[in-house]
Amino acid sequence: MLPQLSKISKANQFLISVGLVILVSAGCYSLSVYIGYKVVAFILLLTVSLIAIVFDILPVLIAALLSALVWNFFFIPPKFTFHISTAEDGFLFLMYFIIAFINGVLTNRIRRIERQVREKEEKEKTVKLYNTLLNSLSHELKTPIATIVGATDNLLSSSSNLSVDNRKELAENISMAALRLNQQVENLLSMSRLESGFLQIHKDWCDINELVYDTIHRLEQQLKGHQLHISVEENLPLYKLDYGLMEQVLYNLLYNASIYTPAYADIFITAKNNAEKIYNLDTTTAEHSEVKNENNFLTLIIEDRGPGFPKEELEKVFDKFYRLSNSITGGTGLGLSIVKGFVEAHNGTVILENVPHGARFTIEIPAETSYINNLKNE
Amino acid sequence: MNNAAILVIDDEVQIRRLLEITLESNQFNVESADSAKEGLRIAATHPPDLIILDLGLPDENGHSVLKKLREWYTRPVLILSVQSSEEDIVKALDNGANDYLVKPFRTGELLARIRSALRSNTTEDSNPVIDCKELQIDLGTRTVKKNNEIIKLTATEYKLLSLFAQQEGKVLTHQYLLREIWGPGYINQSQYLRVFIAQLRKKIETDPNRPAYIVTESGVGYRFIAKE
Repeated sequence: MLPQLSKISKANQFLISVGLVILVSAGCYSLSVYIGYKVVAFILLLTVSLIAIVFDILPVLIAALLSALVWNFFFIPPKFTFHISTAEDGFLFLMYFIIAFINGVLTNRIRRIERQVREKEEKEKTVKLYNTLLNSLSHELKTPIATIVGATDNLLSSSSNLSVDNRKELAENISMAALRLNQQVENLLSMSRLESGFLQIHKDWCDINELVYDTIHRLEQQLKGHQLHISVEENLPLYKLDYGLMEQVLYNLLYNASIYTPAYADIFITAKNNAEKIYNLDTTTAEHSEVKNENNFLTLIIEDRGPGFPKEELEKVFDKFYRLSNSITGGTGLGLSIVKGFVEAHNGTVILENVPHGARFTIEIPAETSYINNLKNE
Repeated sequence: MNNAAILVIDDEVQIRRLLEITLESNQFNVESADSAKEGLRIAATHPPDLIILDLGLPDENGHSVLKKLREWYTRPVLILSVQSSEEDIVKALDNGANDYLVKPFRTGELLARIRSALRSNTTEDSNPVIDCKELQIDLGTRTVKKNNEIIKLTATEYKLLSLFAQQEGKVLTHQYLLREIWGPGYINQSQYLRVFIAQLRKKIETDPNRPAYIVTESGVGYRFIAKE
């Protein structure tokens, strides 16, 4: 509840409470011709209640005490004394005092309980995340480890009658399992780089054509069966980006596309420039509105012809360790959150949407561009 | 080139054994050291033909071992590193390492790198014609032929290609290429390099999008591959 207000320092809370009570009292006093002192009591109670909503217990109690005294001194007849003449007024004063205090104490207690509930919820969320991580990790790390241990046991045991073909297959299994382990470790390292906040990006001029084809080359094995449609805009400028991070972004998206869509399915990769021109529409000074500024965005679109994403899970796929409820094994649920993290490190955005017969990731990154590649220079 | 002597400096006994087995079964003579001190001692007493140096040694930083070696050792040094940190690799290459491998590496890759490093070490002949698969680069007449047809290159393109060809198989860092071709003032002007690499690929590669000669080493530089 209004957390930014409760962050105000203790001393300021006292000052504001006291000031508010004095201000409201002064207002009421100037209007005392129109409103009776009993109404003033209600207005002061309201003030104390408002203070109780946002401030700590001590400033609230001070406000309650001060307002009671002010009310007694300035409003209850006879005015300007602490003397109370009628038994009714005395009773009213006592009631005021008690209500103001209860008000302050109760509100504070409610807030404390709320805070405890919130903390508990957060703790549960962390525990849940941790469990998801452990489940996912233990499965994704232990499967390849089990493969390696089992295969080496077989190869080492002298009594087994393994055929040459079987030996070879076991060795191949070990190799694949080790590479898979390596991939998981890479992902975890990338994630912890992002989490630690120490991710440094090294921007340098990138040839997007090179970036796209280089990444595809690294995924040759996985993309073997798929139909790739690559369209890199003619005369695309060079962009200042972190080549390594962008390679990882493309790699993760294409890797996902390759394992979550059927073999022979189409995958579309598009790279284009998106120039945003900012015009100055002052037509009195110039014949034409002049371009004041131009911002260049690199747009990368990866579209596949697969099952797409369930509508209700579209927003969650970028979350850490989130895995679609029916997803196949082979991931840690980190790939897409790494994509998001690395793109955002470039101040870019990544959007996922379902398109007819597939899914489409659109990445937009603002970047410095250089068109020297289009000059016919020596 | 068989029976070349290789010194392995790595503190991990498993990696050391793996390298020993791999290299010995490929007819290399292997010596190994588990610390920087031991490695430097062996290198000085029995200078090997090639050194494989792990960057993460317990007693001394690999970069400083490399610097010490380079004060007198002129033969190839191959760097092993666990971190795929590009900065680390670029630093090692700039400090005089001939090549690098990131753990985990494939045996085929390791052997290819070793062979290429040893080859560049021995071929200091005066033959002005470099044969690279379908490409022929004649340093004497400054002509480049592909499948016996002359390829027209601009002066800068030719300089770049001949630099690559003379250091076949070796990674050349962006900074090195920029300094050699354009001069020290251009070290941060990597856009020129990108443009000329793209142009050169269009002229010499059969499929410029899947380069077979000029291979990108992500974040580090380029490698010219001319032999199988």
